[in-house]
Amino acid sequence: MGSEINRRDALKRAMAVGLVAIPSASVLTACATSSGGDKNKPVATGTKSAANPLGVKNGAPLEAFVFKGGFGDDYIKSAEAVYNSTYGTTVKHTGTQAIGPKLQPRFANNTPPDFMDNSGADNLDTAALAKEGKLLDLTPLLNAPTIDDPSKKVSDVLIAGTVQQGQFGSQAMYALNYAFTVYGSWYSNKLFKEKGWTYPQTFDEAIALGAKAKAAGIALFTYPGKYPYYVHFDMFAQFGKVGGKDVLNAIDDLEDGALQVDAVKQVVQYYEELAAKKLFLAGSEGKTHIQMQTDWTKYKAALVADGSWVENEAAPTMPKDFDLAVGPLVGGGPSDKLPFGTVYAAAGEPFIVAANGKNPAGGMELLRIMLSKKQTDNFTNTIKSLTCVQGAADGLTLTPGLASASAALKAAGDNVLNARIQDWYVKLNNETIGNLTAQLLTGQINAAKWIEQAQKACDATKKDSSVPKFKHV
Amino acid sequence: MRHGKYRFIIGFLAIPLALYGTLVISPFVQDFQISLTDWTGLTPDKHYIGFDNYRKIIHDHLFWQSLWHNVLLLLIVPIVTLAFGLFFAFMLNVGGRRKGSASVAGVRGSGFYKIVFFFPQVLSVTVIAILWQQIYNPDPEEGVLNVILKDVGLGSLTQSWLGDPKLALACIMAVMVWANVGFYVVLFSAGMSSIPTEIYEAALLDGAKRFTTFFKVTLPLLSDTVATGWVYMGIIAMDAFAFVQLMSVNNGGPNEKTDVVPLLLYKTAFRDNSQYGLAAAMGVAMLVVTLLFAVLTLRLSRRERIEF
Repeated sequence: MGSEINRRDALKRAMAVGLVAIPSASVLTACATSSGGDKNKPVATGTKSAANPLGVKNGAPLEAFVFKGGFGDDYIKSAEAVYNSTYGTTVKHTGTQAIGPKLQPRFANNTPPDFMDNSGADNLDTAALAKEGKLLDLTPLLNAPTIDDPSKKVSDVLIAGTVQQGQFGSQAMYALNYAFTVYGSWYSNKLFKEKGWTYPQTFDEAIALGAKAKAAGIALFTYPGKYPYYVHFDMFAQFGKVGGKDVLNAIDDLEDGALQVDAVKQVVQYYEELAAKKLFLAGSEGKTHIQMQTDWTKYKAALVADGSWVENEAAPTMPKDFDLAVGPLVGGGPSDKLPFGTVYAAAGEPFIVAANGKNPAGGMELLRIMLSKKQTDNFTNTIKSLTCVQGAADGLTLTPGLASASAALKAAGDNVLNARIQDWYVKLNNETIGNLTAQLLTGQINAAKWIEQAQKACDATKKDSSVPKFKHV
Repeated sequence: MRHGKYRFIIGFLAIPLALYGTLVISPFVQDFQISLTDWTGLTPDKHYIGFDNYRKIIHDHLFWQSLWHNVLLLLIVPIVTLAFGLFFAFMLNVGGRRKGSASVAGVRGSGFYKIVFFFPQVLSVTVIAILWQQIYNPDPEEGVLNVILKDVGLGSLTQSWLGDPKLALACIMAVMVWANVGFYVVLFSAGMSSIPTEIYEAALLDGAKRFTTFFKVTLPLLSDTVATGWVYMGIIAMDAFAFVQLMSVNNGGPNEKTDVVPLLLYKTAFRDNSQYGLAAAMGVAMLVVTLLFAVLTLRLSRRERIEF
């Protein structure tokens, strides 16, 4: 019924626009900014029950608009199939790489899809959407029972940090980050065994290893100059390893002088030394991440700072016997606040549900289905990535890189770091500080200059009223 | 009857003018309207904030730097592209040795060259950018350009190309020239073929060499076509968005040395906290610069026409 009326309305409106458009173009000047949809459109609600705790209405349409990137979108389609058979409908599915450009007009017209995977290079600013009240608070989902074990709530099975990752300065969780990424320095176990190297624990050991590798014609590190923030995966987490979580949180909170501390100095100087000793693969500054990974899988460089997606992404060029492994953060030594074994890991791939969609309950239900054992197993098996569900990878046969990441995460225990500056202040981290890092690694500026300029950039962001601010709670 | 004539004219003009008004004029007006607001593009509501956005971009050093890069592109890319286009078109149509009865001919194999030059034109910008990204790969064993340099004994000239702040913009300019030159070869070839051969024959009788023929005969008679090409190339240079976004490191890097206003606008609107109002103000600034360029070019190139 509802869709019938809407269609007729839409037709009428289209005809009206057509009539008006020809004689007078000026009427259209408000077009790009006008509100298209009704503010009080009908929301599909059903009766809540044990099997349907979120109250999804049977047969109500649901629209999913998802990022189809490195992970593909088959894992979402698999969850949609379950939704379809349970609720007697067919989810309208769109998979695209251009999430932002396609979703922006729909948000502007108040006709967003119900369920979105807001990821990729062209994603919409999740924080800005949350601030504008466009996103549904997913707390009901967190309080709902899981599909596999009705005695457990969804929030009980998520890996620590997942809920925080979806919060933007308040208790409300606006995004469920489905994939869990372990970051670190990735290397080939085969290469290390063959050369008799061991993974370095301290800066000094890393530099010594660099000299050995250089003698063997292999660079210690490579990085993609096209995306210099890859280096931050290691660097910022190292600030936290050396100086403790408070140092990292102060940076995230844009506190005055947060970067002008000894821990930061020690880490940045290490990178300055690596650059001065030419331990980065020559030409790294002009490479894409694919070119960088290709050099690395050809054993031209020993280590790359990367996330656990690298196993999937570099698969086309990775030799079968590469034996991928990830090392925990290299630090200053025993004086560090956090021990060796500390890792940087965070939930990623943010799924959001529109606050003013037609079927918000359905959007949340689809997420609940995705968190079930059957779907997380499917995700981990096919995409070779961990999910945000605790122990979901237990008992599965994991690929070498994933097994290594899973083990590193387990060994780290509570010593898991997450630099929120990377998702709270994307431009600041990726581009402004990224530019400085690119210059640091090519020896154009020294550590002192990096710290001075990076602090200046943080201060400028803090003062910029157009940037929404967040704080650790 | 007069009445009927006007009705006739209006009848023909109404639809094109309405389309022009809707699709060309109204976006400009809307852009200006948005530039006076703090709109985020995510909600239907927005607030008017006067000229704050303009004040902001006037004080933004990154905006001026990006605009300067656009100006550099505007000065260099059209000149180089058109010069190559003219040179190639001349060689293909006029510059060859005379054979038989034909008084003007192109170099040998000119038909083949024409296809080769035109080839980049059929590729999409994305394909071109990805292609050149591989050519510019700094790796000494995989980067096409570096391998060639090494093989011909110029190993000392190998660079990190797009990763070098001094070279990156020039590298992107070279690709823009490569991608566009073919179109102008074809355009100028068409122009040259409409120049009567008698003029060339007269020049030859007077003993003019290729060089003189080009500057004294071909170029003056082609000036209208060149002026049109200039405006087109200028518009391409003012944009350059796709090339820079796809090829540059760190989105307009290294160290913002390749950023251009359209890319800055895109980042401001779609990424950096979704500031549509600010981005719209940049759009208005770009509109002004582009209009200035078009007016100046058309003014300066205005001259009397030779009928033939």
